[in-house]
Amino acid sequence: MLFRVNQSSGIPLYLQLMEQVKHAVETGALRAGDQLPTIRKVAVDLVVNPNTVVRAYRELEHEGVIEVKHGSGAFIRETAVGRASVMRKAQAVVQSAIERLSSLDLSDEEIRRVFENELAQARTEKQLGKAKT
Amino acid sequence: MSDFIIETHQLTKSFKGQPALRGLDLRVPAGSIFGFLGRNGAGKTTTIKTLMGLLQPDGGTAMVFGMPATHEASSIKIRQRIGFVTEDKELYPYMTVEQIIRFTRAFYPKWRVDLERRYLQLFELPLKRKIPDLSKGMRSKLMLLLAISRGAELLILDEPTDGLDPAAIEDVLRELVRSAASGDTTIFFSSHQLHEVEGIADHIGIIDRGKMIVTGALDDLKAQYQRIQVVLGDWVSPPEHWVDGVEHIRQEGRVTSILASRNVDAIVQQAQSLPGATVERFPVTLKEIFLEHVRSN
Repeated sequence: MLFRVNQSSGIPLYLQLMEQVKHAVETGALRAGDQLPTIRKVAVDLVVNPNTVVRAYRELEHEGVIEVKHGSGAFIRETAVGRASVMRKAQAVVQSAIERLSSLDLSDEEIRRVFENELAQARTEKQLGKAKT
Repeated sequence: MSDFIIETHQLTKSFKGQPALRGLDLRVPAGSIFGFLGRNGAGKTTTIKTLMGLLQPDGGTAMVFGMPATHEASSIKIRQRIGFVTEDKELYPYMTVEQIIRFTRAFYPKWRVDLERRYLQLFELPLKRKIPDLSKGMRSKLMLLLAISRGAELLILDEPTDGLDPAAIEDVLRELVRSAASGDTTIFFSSHQLHEVEGIADHIGIIDRGKMIVTGALDDLKAQYQRIQVVLGDWVSPPEHWVDGVEHIRQEGRVTSILASRNVDAIVQQAQSLPGATVERFPVTLKEIFLEHVRSN
């Protein structure tokens, strides 16, 4: 597994690492039982704080993506791979949406913006709904 | 002992009536890599010299390993347990690289010969060369070798990458990460290279005019801070009062750009309630947080 981080994106590094593991599971680059590199190796390779990697692994464990076995390392869980098949269905939905948007002559950048705006909107509405109940 | 390896409380220091520290509160958690940020003259070096017992503060307390750094006897004990790189990078000018390593090694029973060899090779230091004949970058690397090899529990580094080329900076940062990853070392380093700090630090403190103006876990700070961009409909002017948490507002044509330090959701809601508003939120880099605070302070 090859991690990359973008120091200047403003997105916390542990979130970037988590996304990459999840993405690798979704694409099948990582399968159930596969071992992730050690915290030390990831930290030294990427020149990031070891606690950043610890946090990413801990949150991934909390979300059920990986299992951390003491002394032997972190492994992809079976259930995470089940989730990956749902994600592949989602991929198909998004793919067809993108095709339709492209036929409207929208650029990639425009599609990305529309998508992110709607997502932010939906998130705020969800939170507003929660606040009311 | 507390969970903080370094803890200062209301530290003050003036030079010839010019205040350098004005009530500095600094807390460095055990096991962290702490990035100490500030402009030139903000008080970074004064703080570091106080922690090392090289300067007596006018007021306040400074504790390292739970011992007062301001008392001669405990300061000596503290210095035996830390490795340091200071700003002036002073080394005995009559010694060669080999001699100063042998000289320093004699003082530290926990000296790590394995690390010494590793860094000699990695940093390509010429053993027989005299210290004044070394480049600035080589001198920095030599000081780092001496600091790390003594097996210290705490590294205090004043601008450790100053004068290094980009490849050497990467080497040095990687070695700092390696020593932090190997267990019990806490690293406290000052810098004004924000992108360096952003990568390897897990905690930061921003000092300005002798005071700590922002401090905390870097991920928490990044979660708290966001930039909110609002595009307003024609004839709509932005509200005079925003919800609490707005640090800074910039207006460019129809776009209002807001830096928020907390209450981001409430601010977004307020923006969305304006007629015809389009609201977007963006993550914020350490650079933006830094510039925002040192400019407005």
